[in-house]
Amino acid sequence: MEEKNDKKIRDIVIPGELIGSNKTFKAGYGTYIEKDKIFSKFVGILQKKDDYVSVISLSGVYIPQRNDKIIGVIEEVQKFGWIVNINSAWDGFLSTSEGIEDYVDVKKVNMKKYFEVGDIIYTQVEDHKTGDVQLTMRTQIARKLKGGFLIKITPSKVPRLIGKEGSMVNLIKEKTGTIIRVGQNGLVWVFGENVNKAIKAIKMIEQKSHIYGLTDEISKLLS
Amino acid sequence: MMKTNEKMIINGKRLDGRKPDELREIKMEVGVIPNANGSARVSFGKTIAIAAVYGPRKLFPRHKQESETGIVQYNYDMATFSVDERKRPGPSRREIEISKVSRLALEPTLFLKNFPKTTIDVFIEIIQADGSTRVTAINAASLALADAGVPMRDLVVGLSGGMIDGVPIVDLCGKEDNYCDADIPIAFLPNKNEITLLQMDGRLTPKETKAIVRNVLHVGKEIYKKQVEALKKKYSE
Repeated sequence: MEEKNDKKIRDIVIPGELIGSNKTFKAGYGTYIEKDKIFSKFVGILQKKDDYVSVISLSGVYIPQRNDKIIGVIEEVQKFGWIVNINSAWDGFLSTSEGIEDYVDVKKVNMKKYFEVGDIIYTQVEDHKTGDVQLTMRTQIARKLKGGFLIKITPSKVPRLIGKEGSMVNLIKEKTGTIIRVGQNGLVWVFGENVNKAIKAIKMIEQKSHIYGLTDEISKLLS
Repeated sequence: MMKTNEKMIINGKRLDGRKPDELREIKMEVGVIPNANGSARVSFGKTIAIAAVYGPRKLFPRHKQESETGIVQYNYDMATFSVDERKRPGPSRREIEISKVSRLALEPTLFLKNFPKTTIDVFIEIIQADGSTRVTAINAASLALADAGVPMRDLVVGLSGGMIDGVPIVDLCGKEDNYCDADIPIAFLPNKNEITLLQMDGRLTPKETKAIVRNVLHVGKEIYKKQVEALKKKYSE
């Protein structure tokens, strides 16, 4: 990383651009193989680690993946579960058994007691098969989020917002004294007194995600 | 086919002073519509097309959903003020047909199997028409799809070719479109050498057709370079 710092912009590839041969590299996310050659699928940043190449898209809607930690909004209460808007091309489904701990008799209990339409939840993708997204609350991180603000950013820029081991989001949390939860689907929940400042910083990260030295700029903005 | 007594090529120069294999001035810009997932504006001389891409997103009505694959909905629309005489608003027979062939031109480049039950919506608005509108629209759609982060095999390049007095030409303007011997709009994948759209209006021998297609594929590489430039420019500031 050190030598690259003089270059302000990262390597950008475009769809159909040849990245390398299948024999020397392993094709990762954002690439496809045709006739033993690896091509890019997206307009994105090329990443090479040893013999592993991948392309991180610079835009696009969220595609659910197993064990993603996401934020969702309850859209509909059903007999045996909840339909959740997860800011993707598909809706998520949270079944009764995955949604709540205690045993309930669905004939007698009103499901609205647990989650109502409009509730915000921090949840995890249990499984994803051809447009059927199963969610679960049976993990330690999962919880209902009360109050606060929900903002949308481009899902592909979430890793940048989090930073290395959470450095970027921790910086914003410390400087503004807010509580922030970042869903990998591009929804960000902000709670606290200095919300406006935090949102401003998050929006700035979204706009300038492809530049080096962004952490310094953010700390300058917040101080 | 309409005929005119006017000479279309004089001293090796066309009506607007171009050489037979010269393109008009091309401008491409990406990300012109903030609310869309991806968008682009492309102009070839006086022809201007704006493209907006939404999705992949949920497809309604439900009966249109395909459980194994996603679909593309392509909507080509000419603005009422885009031509000399006011065009009646609403989709005409011609626009519906162009929407279909352009959709088929884009589908081979997309990984639709990864997006079951969804749609990718492409909206094209021609705000100024001066020949070659469908290929200009395809260029705009290609850029908008790439900008929207839709997985693609390759960009799609569109370019029209034609024949005037036995000379193969590229990138026809409105007048040439009306009075030339024949014109062939072509869309292709530049890195794969695959042709995804090929239509013809007029009369040509097989030999002439081959000459025009070869010419278009050759000159089309210039347009590809411009597309790459436009996409990279968005992130270089």
